[in-house]
Amino acid sequence: MNSPLETATNPQGLRRVAIDPVSRVEGHGKVTLLLDADKRVQQVRLHIVEFRGFEKFIEGRPYWEVPVMVQRLCGICPVSHQLAAAKAFDRVIGAPITASAEKIRRLMHYGQVMQSHALHFFYLASPDLLFGFDSDLNRRNIVGVAQAHPEIARKGVLLRKFGQEVILATAGKRVHGSGAVPGGVNRHVSAADHVRLRGDVAQMLAWAQDAVEIAKQLHAQNPALYDHFGAVPANLLSLVRADGALDLYDGVLRARDAKGAIIVDGASAQDYLGLIEEEVKPWSYMKFPFLKSLGSELGWYQVGPLARVQNCDFIPSPLAEAQRREFVAYGNDQPVHAALAYHWTRMIEMLHCVEVIQGLLDDPDILGGKRMATGQRQHRGVGVIEAPRGTLFHDYEVGDDDLVTRCNLIVSTTHNNQAMNEAVRSVAAQYLDGQELTEGLLNHIEVAIRAYDPCLSCATHALGQMPLDVVLLGADRQTLDRVTRSPHGSFCHEAIASGATAR
Amino acid sequence: MTAPLLVFGWGNPSRGDDALGPLCIEHLRSLSLDAARVEYQEDFQLQIEHALDLVGRERVLLVDASLDCAAPFEVTQLQPAYDAHLMSHALTPAALLQVYAELRTEPPPPCTLLAIRAERFELGEPPSRAALINLEAALRWAKAWLTD
Repeated sequence: MNSPLETATNPQGLRRVAIDPVSRVEGHGKVTLLLDADKRVQQVRLHIVEFRGFEKFIEGRPYWEVPVMVQRLCGICPVSHQLAAAKAFDRVIGAPITASAEKIRRLMHYGQVMQSHALHFFYLASPDLLFGFDSDLNRRNIVGVAQAHPEIARKGVLLRKFGQEVILATAGKRVHGSGAVPGGVNRHVSAADHVRLRGDVAQMLAWAQDAVEIAKQLHAQNPALYDHFGAVPANLLSLVRADGALDLYDGVLRARDAKGAIIVDGASAQDYLGLIEEEVKPWSYMKFPFLKSLGSELGWYQVGPLARVQNCDFIPSPLAEAQRREFVAYGNDQPVHAALAYHWTRMIEMLHCVEVIQGLLDDPDILGGKRMATGQRQHRGVGVIEAPRGTLFHDYEVGDDDLVTRCNLIVSTTHNNQAMNEAVRSVAAQYLDGQELTEGLLNHIEVAIRAYDPCLSCATHALGQMPLDVVLLGADRQTLDRVTRSPHGSFCHEAIASGATAR
Repeated sequence: MTAPLLVFGWGNPSRGDDALGPLCIEHLRSLSLDAARVEYQEDFQLQIEHALDLVGRERVLLVDASLDCAAPFEVTQLQPAYDAHLMSHALTPAALLQVYAELRTEPPPPCTLLAIRAERFELGEPPSRAALINLEAALRWAKAWLTD
């Protein structure tokens, strides 16, 4: 059920505080709060200005161009968009792809998820987690981590780099490659790349295990914070393999309710429109997806690592499965909904990715075999994949002239829209209620958002230093108080009433 | 075997003069110098993990377009330094060296920044005529650096 803080009962006369912009990948977001005379939080909204222009750009383009074009949606997970589009157009091609093609695509995808998870945890989140949400701003970044915890930073950088090397070997480039094409792939893994990756993968496996331990230790050290910060009881949605295993590349859709009971299972991604509906709210540009069977009030859900690890029945790799079991036990067999638990599950997934990569590197099909499939031409295809931050849908219609006539994309940030809003409300109510604005308090909001989707902190390429502008307005709209943080990280507090300025 | 010399250029080829770094790499690569001695790399931005590309080098040349330097180019010997402008996807060269020093607990190899004077970074524009003239001059200097 939506929080009562979504809409104030009587907004007239409340003071408005805006965190604007909170950045994201495509465009900007902001957080607005309405406070009463006692500084009590009455309304909190995370607004994300979603850029949907790609759906129009793509109309009229030849379908074989699209897997390359859609990568420009994202600088962190272009591979996910490439693969989702390629999977959709496999349907248009009309034939299942070959074993070699699927294994090479899986290798690419698990490399992608690995590097993205490493980027998120080590570069974006670890400064908050290791130093504290309101620690020294000048140290709260990856270089600060490198100085204080050089081994952790080094492992993080090398884990990300290895994931990028996997992408390079399968897609031709670390960013915006071209490996996956409708009907298959355009290259095998070269012998030289194969030798190089195999030489490093055992070390990566050890470091990925260390990363899970770090995440676990953080929870153990401060359960009061980690178990409750930004916790929202949400339904969970993800792909699972037909046998219930975690699968990031393909599968059927499964949803659980907030208590863990399965409410949808085995749903084909091709029929996602029968499962999910998107609600429009007048105060936000971004839609709010929900499970049709539950309705908009009860049907919103979480996607991403926290959903996936708890939605599956098991993880089909031994080390990650052992960690999943430990995580489930930590939650006493009830789903964990705390925002910071995203990090723990993210590291479990990263470990799984390395195990999968290791297995695929032992498979001769990635070095040779038929790359492309052909079949009977179709006019529509839906591609779904588990991107690093959650379930990603690409839905296309293609005319007889091979030009795309319709495109619909639902990205992970959209799926998590309501859940992120609820998490921000939870944090605002707990930490900002009645308080004077400080950089550290603002960062609490960022921490909650960042746990879901690092794209929000990456849109302006900031690392723990999103440009923020929080203005406290009186009932007469006069500025009473203002706190700003520049894109360069400098922090300025202007007490307008007294005329004082502090930096 | 790691090549002792690394030439690393960065920029967005679709943004006018921001293409100078990648264009410099493209020209130098076409010289077909001894591949065992020189490695060329390019990317859109200077990122944290690029610090690891410096490992094992005798000398490194970093090439970027600059709106601030004097024409046709400026050459700077880099030192590690913290950067108040630290970004997740875009480091300054000095911050990159600082990351290297922190991660490796040793000084980075000698790194030289070749900043080529640029005029405009407009999306979809080709490099300006003035920038391409500056690039020619910078290439002559870079070729000499390679054969030092």
